[in-house]
Amino acid sequence: MSDVRRRGAIGYLLLIPAALWLVLFFVIPFYSLLATSLFDPSGSDFRGYTMTYEWSNYWHALQDYWQPLVRALAYGAAATLLCLLLGYVLAYAIAFRSGRWKNLLLVLVIAPFFTSFLVRTLAWKLILADDGFVVNSLQFLHLLGPDGRLLATPVAVIAGLTYNFLPFMVLPLFASLDKIDPRLIEASSDLYANPFVGFFKVTWPLSLPGVVSGTLLTFIPAAGDFINVQLLGSPNQRMVGSVIQSLFTNANDYPAAAALSMILMVLIVGMVLAYVRRAGTEELL
Amino acid sequence: MRWIRDHLVLLLGLLVLAYTFIPIAVVVLMSFNSPANRLVYQFNSFTLHNWLNPCEDPSMCHALGRSMEIGLLATLGATILGTLAAFALVRHDFAGRSASNLLIFLPMAAPEIVLGSSLLALFVATGFSGQLGFWTILVAHIMFCLSFVVVTVRARLAGMDDDLEQAAMDLYATPGQTFWRITFPLVFPGILGAALLSFSLSFDDFIITNLNAGNTTTFPMYVWGVAQRGVPMQVNVVGTVMFLISIAIVLGAEFRSRQRARGLARSTTVTETASHLPARSAA
Repeated sequence: MSDVRRRGAIGYLLLIPAALWLVLFFVIPFYSLLATSLFDPSGSDFRGYTMTYEWSNYWHALQDYWQPLVRALAYGAAATLLCLLLGYVLAYAIAFRSGRWKNLLLVLVIAPFFTSFLVRTLAWKLILADDGFVVNSLQFLHLLGPDGRLLATPVAVIAGLTYNFLPFMVLPLFASLDKIDPRLIEASSDLYANPFVGFFKVTWPLSLPGVVSGTLLTFIPAAGDFINVQLLGSPNQRMVGSVIQSLFTNANDYPAAAALSMILMVLIVGMVLAYVRRAGTEELL
Repeated sequence: MRWIRDHLVLLLGLLVLAYTFIPIAVVVLMSFNSPANRLVYQFNSFTLHNWLNPCEDPSMCHALGRSMEIGLLATLGATILGTLAAFALVRHDFAGRSASNLLIFLPMAAPEIVLGSSLLALFVATGFSGQLGFWTILVAHIMFCLSFVVVTVRARLAGMDDDLEQAAMDLYATPGQTFWRITFPLVFPGILGAALLSFSLSFDDFIITNLNAGNTTTFPMYVWGVAQRGVPMQVNVVGTVMFLISIAIVLGAEFRSRQRARGLARSTTVTETASHLPARSAA
């Protein structure tokens, strides 16, 4: 560890370019978004907007789009839960059961996700297609009705979100599981804890930092995503991300889009803070 | 039966891993498909046509080129700015350190749609909405890659012992010599990792890019555009190549670090155990 931290101007000089970039293109845009959300909604890109402190933009955005908003949070939460389930098994297997294959397996976890997000999601579209293998098998097993389908249903959207954000869950989980000393688990079984008690009293609590950061890293992008909904779902599953996107690019209704964007941000930050406080790892932020 | 019970967790884990490869298998398979028609995606018959004519739709290759250009420039910008900042945060003490840490953390915590829309709001407010394109995409990509670079390089720096640097100083190396001959080579793998991460983030981004692109088309935007009216099979060729390149890079890095670990063990004649230590290379 470098305990000799130098004081003085050089630190500032090294930091300033990056900090300036983030202030110019992250902080100021955020203010700009806030301002846009309060513009006069009757303006347009051509006529220009005027600052009117139109707080009713928020009210209208909520009234018109509360459904995609709630759906985004619900789908995001469902996908996060599934990711936690699948990701924990995978991270646990790699951390404790893979022996000398550990590094190779870690590489394999990340590898599929270097292929384009959109190309992968299109592949899922093919897999879940109406006359595809998966649907046919499910129909054969009578798990799905004869006209049942997966594409254009919430199932497909949540499956897509789960798939696409899985590595964001696996990597932090692995990092915290890998740090656990296996001797602690052995000790618990020496003290007559069965494997389940051992898991819930030792492994799970020690992996909580990974669970918290994995949950955040999965939930935040999943709730804001609109690629999965657009490619795998139908307009009935529209999430708030698609609404914001189409308000900005097609409808050019900037004040409503900005207000909705702000609402999404505030909701997510609120949920994140509540979750982190409950889970008890405040030092994470 | 007993074997299965003993290895249940590993088997389940491998099952999850196999699941992550399902779409990759489909992408590879489809790259050899000669489709019956543009809108039907079933595997029809085997062909090498897509691999031999990758640019049948010139606009795809054009978009691919755009993505490469933007990816390389964004990587260069974000890596330089981010590495400097990481050094500042780990090696220097100044007022406002925790505020800076927060500033760097926040872009990673914000949903992409919010990042994208706030940048668009700024460009519109400052009268740049007519000039959306290459430069606005580049600015946005440097912004969101920056934080990931800082975090990656910072982790490498923080985990580094500064004994070697102290020793160099004791041996009368100037600060410049110490930096270029000791510090920089030690941090370099972290910087390289950060650069690879930036490139793949930039290359793959759709949500932020789409909001700030104007008429410029990147590869993800091209795929998005054709998704409605029939995807040319060459898109799967690109997907396969991307997968192969990333596998090659990561395995190459793994192989090198193993080789180095083995070389180290031999030269210092440490017992065999050293070479069996897991090579800690963060991908």
